[in-house]
Amino acid sequence: MLKVDNLKAKVEEKDILKGLSLEINPGEVHAIMGPNGAGKSTLGYVLTGKDGYEVTEGGASLNGEDLLDMEIEERARAGLFLAFQYPVEIPGVSNLEFMKAAVDAVREARGEEALSSADFLKVAKAACKQVNLPLEFLKRGVNEGFSGGEKKRNEIMQMILLQPTLCILDESDSGLDIDALKVVADGVNSQRDDKRSFIVVTHYQRLLDYIKPDFVHVLSDGKIVKSGDASLAHELEAEGYAWLETYDRNAEEETA
Amino acid sequence: MSAWLANAIEKGQQFDDWLSSQRRVSLALLKQKAWPGRKTEDWKYTSVRAMEKRTGATAQSVSTAELQPIENLDAIELHFVDGQFQGNSQSLPDGLSIVDLAQPDPQAQSWAVNAFAACKPQKHLFGLVNDALADNGLIIDVAANAEIVQPLRIVNTITQDIDVQHRIVVRLGQGAKATVIEQAEGAQASYFSGFAEYFVAENAYLEHYRFCLRTGQALSIGGSHFELKSEAEINSTLVGFGSDLSRLDVDVMHRGERAHAKINAVYLLDAGEKFDLHSCIEHEIGHCTTDETVRGIVGDKATATFNGRIHIHRDAQKTLAELNNKNLLLTDNATINTKPELEIYADDVRCAHGATVAELDKSALYYLTSRGVSKAQALVMLNFGFINALVDEMPNEALAQWLRPQLQKRFANMNLEPIEA
Repeated sequence: MLKVDNLKAKVEEKDILKGLSLEINPGEVHAIMGPNGAGKSTLGYVLTGKDGYEVTEGGASLNGEDLLDMEIEERARAGLFLAFQYPVEIPGVSNLEFMKAAVDAVREARGEEALSSADFLKVAKAACKQVNLPLEFLKRGVNEGFSGGEKKRNEIMQMILLQPTLCILDESDSGLDIDALKVVADGVNSQRDDKRSFIVVTHYQRLLDYIKPDFVHVLSDGKIVKSGDASLAHELEAEGYAWLETYDRNAEEETA
Repeated sequence: MSAWLANAIEKGQQFDDWLSSQRRVSLALLKQKAWPGRKTEDWKYTSVRAMEKRTGATAQSVSTAELQPIENLDAIELHFVDGQFQGNSQSLPDGLSIVDLAQPDPQAQSWAVNAFAACKPQKHLFGLVNDALADNGLIIDVAANAEIVQPLRIVNTITQDIDVQHRIVVRLGQGAKATVIEQAEGAQASYFSGFAEYFVAENAYLEHYRFCLRTGQALSIGGSHFELKSEAEINSTLVGFGSDLSRLDVDVMHRGERAHAKINAVYLLDAGEKFDLHSCIEHEIGHCTTDETVRGIVGDKATATFNGRIHIHRDAQKTLAELNNKNLLLTDNATINTKPELEIYADDVRCAHGATVAELDKSALYYLTSRGVSKAQALVMLNFGFINALVDEMPNEALAQWLRPQLQKRFANMNLEPIEA
């Protein structure tokens, strides 16, 4: 489904991704962990096409289509979804009108008929309830005045409405108390099936107790330096990331 | 002195009606005024050259025009076509009197003659011209404690290349409530001078709208001026499109304690349009409040000018005044001249003012498009969101619903590419 091949990217002349490769098959959940500054968020930004992130080498494809060649909105319509670490507040644009426009666009791209306003309102209300947000949040400005936890739940609500095929959750657990964390995890788990895949970016093992990953990767200095199954997350939790320094050096020596 | 102004003075001197004594005062002032040029501070950014070419013609033929109703708005419709009042056939509620300024009515004129030009500041040159030449308009009187539920909608339609000098005088008695809408639109080459004076007595509440929607060669210079007595309140929404020349002066005179003025203004300019909004809030007395929010979007090669002055007099202690102007420029060629002015002579007041000029929020654009919304649609949503907040605040929902699609349509036809960083 997602194929990232030796991806290198820089921001303002600073190399962030330094040859990242990753392959994700339908239905899989991959967790990406790693220290601050490793490039975890950058991966999501580069794949979704944020301005200022320049790909210098390598490639990425989704379902065989070259992602990096597409406009931001085309990537979303192709099934890519990024749950933002810091969702943007947009006063004056209501959540409902935003989501209606987005769902209309992705449905059209999938060749599905547009939902009527009444039908859309129905599914939007259901999604809103599912992530435990009051219905009035649909009418409010996008993320306007939402608490940190409410913003994260609003991201999951959008994911539920858009039905993407590849979801990247960028620290969707940060700043959440345990109840909100469960809501987010339940929302994600409700969307898991044999076709939809997830990349879960997190610092902590905690989220992975609720969203069980098939694979865990350690990202350090722009590369995946270690991959394993769910047990790797526990190891990291116990040992921290300090060992990466020596690990990297060894790896470089081997290749030299 | 321009030929147009000389002609206006000449014409004004020939008037012989119930306003003659007022007209003479204004004519005398007018003769001392210089024609505004680039060095005139009040007109620094807006050229009146388009006025210099005008002949000052008034309607020769009688025209008719249909008044478009506003959906779900049950209004008292007051329609002027080419400066001719079309009359009112609706029955008026108790406590409301509406009199044609051009018709003799001794009772209304007995108070209106003293109200005329009593709250509009004399600094407005084109207001003085209006004093001298206004030959159509309305005298509106709301009795003390009367609550007029139906909004009064005054619409000016101009169908020929003429000058229209239109004047409104409104008096709200103590504790009265009323809503007045001033509306002018169309793109017919013409000059519309619409000045309105509002006298809001103690405890009265005025809901006010002014829609300056004339575009193209439809020139407009006008003003809405308010005198607020003790505990009087106005809630005013101003909406401006631009034209070759469009200027609006808003003055609020706080003349009683605990008066409150809330003003929201929105302008949305396309092509080479110009719109110039001057507001001046005079806090003459203490314990009054002003809350003014102005937001504008300037596209293409358009130019917006906003001058917002708050003047707090020496005895106006405990004043609370806020003025905020935010602008979005959509292209490299769009211009905004914004100047908030605070002039404070009292020492125990709370005032804030600010003006910003910004591009569209790129992170918001990324966020919307990352959900599949096209860039073009996202730009429309973001622009609309920027001013929609003020449309949402309009107390009259029917008017908000009427205005929104017009703003949206205007966006849709505008060049919305953000400036490249």
